[in-house]
Amino acid sequence: MLATYAQAFSLVFEPYVLTVILCSAIYGLFVGCVPGLTATMATALLVPITFFMPAVPAVAAIVTATAMAIFSGDIPGALLRIPGTPASAAYTDEAYAMTKKGQAEVALGAGLVFSAIGGLFGTLVMITSAPALAEIALKFSSFEYFWMVVLGLAGAVFIGNASILKASISLLLGLLVACIGLDNPAAHPRFTFGNTELTGGVSLIPMMVGMFAISEILRFMVHLDPPLKLATEKIGNVFKGMWGLLTKYKWPLVRGSALGTIIGIQPGSGADMAAWMSYAVAKKFSKEPEKFGTGHVEGIVEAGAANNSALAGAWIPAIVFGIPGDSITAIAIGVLYLKGMNPGPTIFIKNPENIYAIFLVFILANLIMIPLGWLTIKVAKTVLRVSRHILMPTILLFCIVGSFAINNTVFGVVLILIFGLIAFVLEENGFPVAPAILGVVLGQMMEENFITSMIKSDGDPSVFFTRPIAMGLAIATFVILLWPVGVWLWRQRRSFSTRRSV
Amino acid sequence: MRFNDALLGLGFLALSIAVLVDIQGFPSFQGQSIGPGAFPGLIAVLLACCSVALIWRGWRERREQGVIAVGAWLSSPRHVRNFLVTVGALVFYIAAADRLGFLICGTIILSSLFLSLRVKPALAVPLAVLLPLIIHVMFYKLLRVPLPWGVLPVLY
Repeated sequence: MLATYAQAFSLVFEPYVLTVILCSAIYGLFVGCVPGLTATMATALLVPITFFMPAVPAVAAIVTATAMAIFSGDIPGALLRIPGTPASAAYTDEAYAMTKKGQAEVALGAGLVFSAIGGLFGTLVMITSAPALAEIALKFSSFEYFWMVVLGLAGAVFIGNASILKASISLLLGLLVACIGLDNPAAHPRFTFGNTELTGGVSLIPMMVGMFAISEILRFMVHLDPPLKLATEKIGNVFKGMWGLLTKYKWPLVRGSALGTIIGIQPGSGADMAAWMSYAVAKKFSKEPEKFGTGHVEGIVEAGAANNSALAGAWIPAIVFGIPGDSITAIAIGVLYLKGMNPGPTIFIKNPENIYAIFLVFILANLIMIPLGWLTIKVAKTVLRVSRHILMPTILLFCIVGSFAINNTVFGVVLILIFGLIAFVLEENGFPVAPAILGVVLGQMMEENFITSMIKSDGDPSVFFTRPIAMGLAIATFVILLWPVGVWLWRQRRSFSTRRSV
Repeated sequence: MRFNDALLGLGFLALSIAVLVDIQGFPSFQGQSIGPGAFPGLIAVLLACCSVALIWRGWRERREQGVIAVGAWLSSPRHVRNFLVTVGALVFYIAAADRLGFLICGTIILSSLFLSLRVKPALAVPLAVLLPLIIHVMFYKLLRVPLPWGVLPVLY
């Protein structure tokens, strides 16, 4: 174990990898800071470049850029009342209210310091739990994997979505897209419309660039909001008073980090959900809940820690089972496959040094976040003045090149156009996009394990429920599936009995 | 632009029926009950169920939802133009990249988007020439992505 860590250390601490980490940190901070450019978009745009790197720097780039982007999304939230990434939206009003009260440095400092602590907490959980989970996962066969995938997809649909029906449709569309191509048990070309480019299936990366970058550009193009206006020009020392906040709010910090990690692990819900839920929890357990919303730092401490810890948490199922915890890890899993680091429990046996290198990168990224984040806050005024009218068309050109670079065909550009338009229309109509992405990523795994299991059991589906772990996972799935029904029935009964008593 | 849920549901229902029709032509294995059509078929059936639920909901709420709720941007010609220029830029690249080459296409795309977004021409035109060049050097030279030269001779 120690020898492996030494090996991982030498993989990470070499000039090339460190340069990649530094560059992607600056990139992530910039993208997170500009409103309209999300952390997911940052990841999707980074993938075509990591395509040309060895495995460790490629993953390091993604890990660093996303951690930075999730933090720096707080900056425009505090200064412009526009969250830089969706993960900051939960406490944007709070941070802005603090800025209005002349406490911009406290809001930003808390965002920075507690983001780093939350990120380190999540990383610690990942380092300790992932190898242990992998031990269990080694015992899994196709039955258990099938249920794991179903459990993940059920979580993506049933947890935290406004409309479960629309989330389900989004998921099913993703699963249908995953069916396209030759990659099925019979190697029959499905839904390819005679197009040779489609026989290999829909390329994941152009699809993600389309759904997360092109749709975002289109949304910017039809945006009717007034131009951005900074709430304050003056930002003091962001580290002042942080120690006091740390001792005062140590429990909210731990609670936020823990909840964030758990939500991150749960497939389908990522940093943004972690922030919303932690903010609500912070308010519920606070001694002074009446201060929330008026520029009170407590919620920022808890939710700021939560969204960064969720990021690390999401990697746990991604590494151990190959099941992404959120849309960012869905993209990262694609990169792992491209680099020959196929996720799954055996990765801890085959090339453990690479996994430990990822752990080290997580620690490193959360540590350098503090000085680099401080610098970003210093130059934020200038960054926020960068014209988005120039930025967005340039990003469009990057999307074109990036999607072309994966297979060197213009078909990649066709894909970003189609999926960009689909994602734009779906989101305009209230369909969440994340379940679709998980559907595409997990569709093949789900089908493979389903078919293998059915052939193994000679067409008898009862085997899905008789193996002990499989049964446990099946029960967990049905609990998630039947939860909303149960809640609905309970409410009906209660309203019925109250009506009767009246 | 929000469509009524019933309209979207009809679209999804049509999609699932199309899938169900298409998988009828898929081959099956001897002695196996499960072929390549089983999984897409299952998903199509589930999608059809969800579509029916969506249609029912859209129909029930047809008063509140209307048939199509036009977003504010659709009544602003400037924003409609921005949207169309963006989509047009991608279509243009797909159609013309191999013939005209990346540099020329990139310049045309950027200048039209900049001008549509009302960037000052004195700034827009030099940027539209320079940025594709930088991106081209970065990807063609450093990452060895064979971006097409088109009508231009191979310069580097």
